[in-house]
Amino acid sequence: MSSRELTYIEAIKEAFDLTLELDSNVVLIGEGVPDPKAIFTSTIGLQEKYGKQRIFDMPLSENGMTGICIGAALSGLRPVLIHQRIDFSLLAVDQIINNAAKWHYMFNGQANVPVVVRMIVGRGWGQGPQHSQSLQALYAANPGLKVVMPSTAYDAKGMMIAAIEDNNPVIFIEHRWLHQTKSNVPVGHYRVNLNKANILREGSKITIASFSYMTIEALQAAEALEAVFKVDVEIVDMRMVAPLDVELVLDSVKKTGFLIALDTAHKTGSYSAELISQIVEKGFAFLKAAPVRIASPDFPAPTSPFMSKDYYPSAITIADAVLDLLSIDYQESDNYLSMKNALLKKLPDDVPNTDFNGPF
Amino acid sequence: MQKESLLFKMLRIRRAEEMLADRYSEQEMRCPMHLCIGQEAVAVGVCENLETTDRVYSNHRAHGHYLAKGGDLNSMIAELYGRTTGCCGGRGGSMHLIDLDAGFMGATPIVGGTVPLAVGSAWKSKLSSDNDVTVVFFGDGCFEEGVVHESMNFAALHALPVVFICENNLFSVYTHIDDRQPSRQIYKIAEAHGLDSCQGNGSSIIEVHQKSKAAINRARAGHGPQFLEFNVYRWREHCGPNFDNELNYRSSEDIRLGLSQCPIENFKSELYSVNVLNENHVAVFENEIHSELSAAFKFACESPSGDLASASMKVFSA
Repeated sequence: MSSRELTYIEAIKEAFDLTLELDSNVVLIGEGVPDPKAIFTSTIGLQEKYGKQRIFDMPLSENGMTGICIGAALSGLRPVLIHQRIDFSLLAVDQIINNAAKWHYMFNGQANVPVVVRMIVGRGWGQGPQHSQSLQALYAANPGLKVVMPSTAYDAKGMMIAAIEDNNPVIFIEHRWLHQTKSNVPVGHYRVNLNKANILREGSKITIASFSYMTIEALQAAEALEAVFKVDVEIVDMRMVAPLDVELVLDSVKKTGFLIALDTAHKTGSYSAELISQIVEKGFAFLKAAPVRIASPDFPAPTSPFMSKDYYPSAITIADAVLDLLSIDYQESDNYLSMKNALLKKLPDDVPNTDFNGPF
Repeated sequence: MQKESLLFKMLRIRRAEEMLADRYSEQEMRCPMHLCIGQEAVAVGVCENLETTDRVYSNHRAHGHYLAKGGDLNSMIAELYGRTTGCCGGRGGSMHLIDLDAGFMGATPIVGGTVPLAVGSAWKSKLSSDNDVTVVFFGDGCFEEGVVHESMNFAALHALPVVFICENNLFSVYTHIDDRQPSRQIYKIAEAHGLDSCQGNGSSIIEVHQKSKAAINRARAGHGPQFLEFNVYRWREHCGPNFDNELNYRSSEDIRLGLSQCPIENFKSELYSVNVLNENHVAVFENEIHSELSAAFKFACESPSGDLASASMKVFSA
């Protein structure tokens, strides 16, 4: 299949377009889906192409609409319900956890809930305490929900197609700062199976298991560590939060003996904690040092750019942790300072790239 | 519609629940159980107007709705006994009933939980023009849930073929509606949401049947969502097999009045008085029902029980 470079958001749109084309039971609904901004352009043109009976705007009724999508799914539709911020999905936790997660189980497998709930994690430009939460652990801790967090455009498309075609409820979480990242994306229909993490970078010295956007920071840190310190980092992209692919991380840790887990959520109660617990339970003997977690601090993200500067861990935080864990003496060395300088973003802290200007 | 059939169906629900109540103290049905004794006319009167392909959602007090829609009796009793032959294989109990062949889509005990599901079901009907109607049963307490209003709003917005049946029995557990809602009528709020709405005596099987027939026909004909509020009286405790007069949350006069509205006894007298039925016919009904129920309880008690290993399966669909 031929491929070309697409942004993550273009890849999501292509997944919608293909599944809408293939299956007339697929419908998209969400606040702003057909509006001029089109959910960060991911739904642009779809209502014109597929009509008002497939592509819906919706009342501001997150819980009700989630239940309505579940009921429609129980009768044969495949709805994709979209929240521009994951924070809004908290209004629908009743329907997601009490109904979507349990319907197949509690009715003894007689009925399926093929619903995708797409949620976007915000960051920067003052998104603040209620527009930048990273709630994957909340959903992942409920049996019956699949929770995915793709971090590449390739996975975004393949996992969205797989999610829509899956017979289970899938919580599809995108980080806003991934939307403009690019990767090679095949043109046609393909699925990324919803059960495996992915080794994005092979290495032998240390394992970094990373959720969502933190994978981007990890890749930058890994390149710099390789170039400057000849440290060869393996990165496991935890694109599946539930079910959690512990085995792939365990295999990597057996090889490297060191583990750093990166999370976009608050540190306490994050799913990186669950990952580390399971690695310690299953692979304690392979660990040469205590695993390390790098995540957001245990307080909400403040809005002010002054207060939120340094709130999020960065590639430098990760590189420092790698060097510490491997007991490499680096403080004030020229090598280290040049690496740090290379990793420093030449941008304000609250935007992912130079194209990004508020409001967003 | 045959009047004797309506009586038979109400009587069957009444006797099924009475047998459940009688045997509950044996402690072999180990799940919460909410009886609809006194409210049978709503279940039977509404479901009598539905086709098998029409869909019904219900709540924690679901035995009557399930049986009236044609749900399998053996599977229901076995479910209360926690057996693998139960309609949920023992995973749900009394508060989780389902019979997809009968169009009974599911009953669950989170108040308001199934109301949007019914609207979603109707949304699917509208989008695929399948001509089916979806009915959802809920109570006066449920009407206080925000999700019910979200559901009505969307149903009205898209003119969906869904019929909301509110059984107003005045109590949420032991709390009277006057302590929960201001003095205005429930169906008027539904009307303000843009639904065709009316109120009726839920203890009169004929009234329920006629009003729901009109509503279901209108929904099927494309006139959008319908709302019916039926006043009913819950005879027994909120949860469990017993009467609860001793709790004194309702006066003995209120209870006497409530029981005097018995949908079955009153309808029976009516049918006797016009010579549609006599006591001999009813005795035949009683015998037939008793035999069926005895067999269902026997089936349940003799059915296999599951275990933890089987309980760990079917978390995800293939």
